[in-house]
Parts: sequence; C-alpha cells; structure tokens
Amino acid sequence: MTGEVAVLGAGMHPWGKWGRGFVEYGVTAARAALADAGLEWRDVGSIVGADTVRGGYPGYVAGATFAKALGWQGARVASVYAACASGAQAVAAARAQILAGLADVVLVVGADAAPKGFFRPAGGDRPDDPDWLRFRVLGATNPTYFGLYARRRMAVHGDTSEDFAQVKVKNSAMGALNPNARYRKRVTADEVAASAVVADPLRLLDICATSDGGAALVLSSMEFARRRGATAPVRIRAVSTVTPTYPNTVLDLPDIATDSAAAVEPTERTFRASIAHAAYQEAGIGPEDLSLAEVYDLSTALELQWYEDLGLCGEGEGAKLLREGATAAGGRIPVNMSGGLASFGEAVPAQAIAQVCELTWQLRGDAGQRQVEHARVGITANQGLFGHGSAVMAVR
Amino acid sequence: MVTGWFTGDGDDFTLLGTRCSVCASVFFPREDAHCRNPGCAGGELAEIPLSRRGRVWSYTDSRYRPPSPYVTDPELPWEPCTLIAVELAAERIVVLGQAVPGVTVADLTVGAEVEVVPGVLHEDGETVFTTWRWRPTGVTA
Repeated sequence: MTGEVAVLGAGMHPWGKWGRGFVEYGVTAARAALADAGLEWRDVGSIVGADTVRGGYPGYVAGATFAKALGWQGARVASVYAACASGAQAVAAARAQILAGLADVVLVVGADAAPKGFFRPAGGDRPDDPDWLRFRVLGATNPTYFGLYARRRMAVHGDTSEDFAQVKVKNSAMGALNPNARYRKRVTADEVAASAVVADPLRLLDICATSDGGAALVLSSMEFARRRGATAPVRIRAVSTVTPTYPNTVLDLPDIATDSAAAVEPTERTFRASIAHAAYQEAGIGPEDLSLAEVYDLSTALELQWYEDLGLCGEGEGAKLLREGATAAGGRIPVNMSGGLASFGEAVPAQAIAQVCELTWQLRGDAGQRQVEHARVGITANQGLFGHGSAVMAVR
Repeated sequence: MVTGWFTGDGDDFTLLGTRCSVCASVFFPREDAHCRNPGCAGGELAEIPLSRRGRVWSYTDSRYRPPSPYVTDPELPWEPCTLIAVELAAERIVVLGQAVPGVTVADLTVGAEVEVVPGVLHEDGETVFTTWRWRPTGVTA
C-alpha cells in the first residue's frame, strides 16, 4: 500500500467530431472538473497533461498548453506521453506528486482532436520507428491487429462473430444513456453483422472510431480533501504503469514480430494480465472485489480478452461470461458502463482519464441511468503502443 | 528500409534475424545493438537465417486502403491484402507478413503451414522494393 489520493473533481468535453482544437476540449473538461471539485484554478498547485500532437516543434504538448489557456498562475507542470496509456500515466504522475508532498491539488487533463480515418505515424522516412515500419512494410493498420486477435480467439476459444457483436450491443446500450458519448444510439446484432468488414473477422461496428474529446480530474491529498470537508471522497488506491516482461510472446501493436521464447521461458502472465495484476497487488484488492470495470474495447473481441486478463473469468471464458450477462448492466461485474470506446471512440490522451471519470461518477452514485448499484470498487485497464500498460483502481 | 531483413531468391529466400552469442535469444527484426534479454549481460549479435516454414498463429485482411507511408497507387481500386502472423517453431517467435497475392482469408486456418517467399512491395520505375510474403504449403494442422 502506497497511500491514497482523493478524486475531488471529474469533468469531460463530450466526444464527437467537433472540428475544434484540442485545447478547447481540454479547457472545457478542466473547468468542469474544477467546478465539480468546488475549486478555483488558482487553488491548483500542479497541472499534468497527457500529450497530444501539435504542428510545431517538438509537437507533443499538453500540461503547459492547458495552463496557458486557463491563465498562467505559476503552477508546477508536467506532460506525459504513453500513447493510449498517456492519461493513466498523467494520473500516475499527479498521484506521485501528491504522495511525495510536492502538491496538495493536481489537475490532470487529456484532450485530442483526432485525425480522420486510420491512425497513422508521423511523416518522413523513419525506419527506426516500429510504428512507421509496420505501415511502410506491411500496411498493417490498428484494425488489422485487432482482426488478428479476434481470429485467434475464434480458433483457440471458439468465440464467434455473434459473440463479438453482443459486446457492441451491450456497450451501445450503455452509451445511449451517456451524455458525453459520441454514439448514443443502441446498436443491434443485425446492424453489426450488416456493417462492412474492415479487418476479417471484424466489421466496422466491431471497431472503435477516432474522435475528438477531453477529460479531466482534480486529485488531492487525503488531508486536503478532509480540510475541504470531503470526508468520504472517491479514492485512487492503485495506478499500474507496467512494461511487458521479456519475452513478450503476444504480437503487440505496433510490432512486426514477438519476442522469441527460444532462450527464456515466457512468464505465466501475459502483458495485459500483468497490467491488471500490478494494480491488484498495489491495491490489495482482487477481481472478486470489483463492482465494475472500464476496459479499452478498441474492438469488441478485445473486450472479451480483457475479461480474462482482469481475472473476471478463466482463460477462454470471456464469451461465456458475456453470454451469461455478467458484464452487462445489472450483472455480477458490469464492464464499460460508460459505453466504452464503442460509444466514445478514441481521443487518445483523454480516454484513460475518461475511464477514471466514469469510475468516479459510479462510485459516488452519480451515474444516473448507468448507475451500478452499490458500487464500491472499480478498475480501469488500457494498453498503449510501444509497451505502455496502465490500470487504475478507485474505491469508495 | 529493411536492410538485412532477408536474403536469397526462390527456394533460398530466408528471413534474417540475429542471435545473442551468450544467451541464444533470437531477434527479428534484427537487433544489432544490444541483447534485449534482461537476464543477459549481452554478447555478440550474429546474423542467422530464420526457419523458412511455420504455422499460422492468426490471420486477417485489410479491406480498406492503408494510409501512407504504405505505398499504393490511388488511381487503382484497392485490392484487399491478407496478413498472416506465423509461428516459427525453432525460434519460438511470431512474425507478421503479407500473404502472397491471391491468398485470401478463406484460404487460411490457424495452425496451417506456410513458407516464406520473396515478393514485390512496390516499384517506382527506378527501384523494385522486395519484401517477404507468406505462402500456404497446403499442409494443414
């Protein structure tokens, strides 16, 4: 146990394709989180931003950009890049500052204005970048990796396209209830089946879109929270930010090959499972204690994989858990009550923060029609390119 | 672009990796700087040919035109290409590659045997960019 920090505020800019700049989304989310916390921007001792790309050198910006837009007030600043795990690493940096006594109150912000269509690497000839190489040599987009994982599950575990579609059906039903979600229409299995194949066996409605959006959190020390009269705030109890263990034997984005297991036996846990395991270890909480989970459903099939990696069921039993209704609203362990990426789309630096926003609202009992009854413990899980993995555990 | 990733022609075409002289870890794409095994103090990284045949770990296809830096002719309609992740038993590694033209997902199953062959990534009038492709051998699991 390394100590807890309080979540005093959570806020978002709704997801969508709004055609505006990421700064606007981030500032809107930040102001919403500050208002939710009952604090002024001047009360914030530190701001941590999850990076996004801006045209100028060096291009990757966040913390100071949001600080300037909110009005320079001399706060400590940091920016973090960890691809899809950027938001969780921003939370980790903020938490570390609070626990180290460097700041009482930290504002965490992530926002992005996503490009249209496939994500692609930055320009130029960059053969030392594995992300550039997989596009240049193989034309391997993100959905092709999702397709590989999905097909592998079908071959090894007997999952079906209908199982995958049911993940979309479930998540879209939740997204329909979420005012911050981009897609707010319930989707049927027939609609998934009728959508175009993108990367066999996955169809358009199996794969998450790219979106604009922003999310922010106000974190503080427990002592500060008490002084402000927040006697039982949502608390962050663990933040896992682990790397894989050599040899990483599951083909991961954006790699062209796995590590070889010729010289060293793989560990029992895959990378994704180790992400959750680290959070459980740190929190002293196991999967049996969870009230809900928010996972990175980049594809419908990948959500089933997370069930197993989070220990919600045994290996190969993800589809069974779904079919039983355990992960739907009212089930034993609801997953992606926010609607997930299926309903939000990806605004990369914001999404992991948005997951913690959802946990916060759920644990407070403020999630409206999406509310999980008696929610006490929640976990988020995500994975970023280049070996970044993160999970956050929050409790009430 | 991928200097030293493969060599040879026809039946002699092979992918090239490297192997650590101390711990025998294998790397593809080749690792020439440092052995990445955290338990290895690091040795010489020698070039080795990889197995020419392996088993399909998984497969998919790309029904939409990939963005640059993948090179395609925007004047031509996009022909879906198939991607195969192949498990090489001796090296205990999975290597992703495109299937030879004409092979679709309908021709593949997990566990089926494939072999590596040379292929043309694209040509621009001056240069032919060679790459590796996976081709089913007809042997199934």
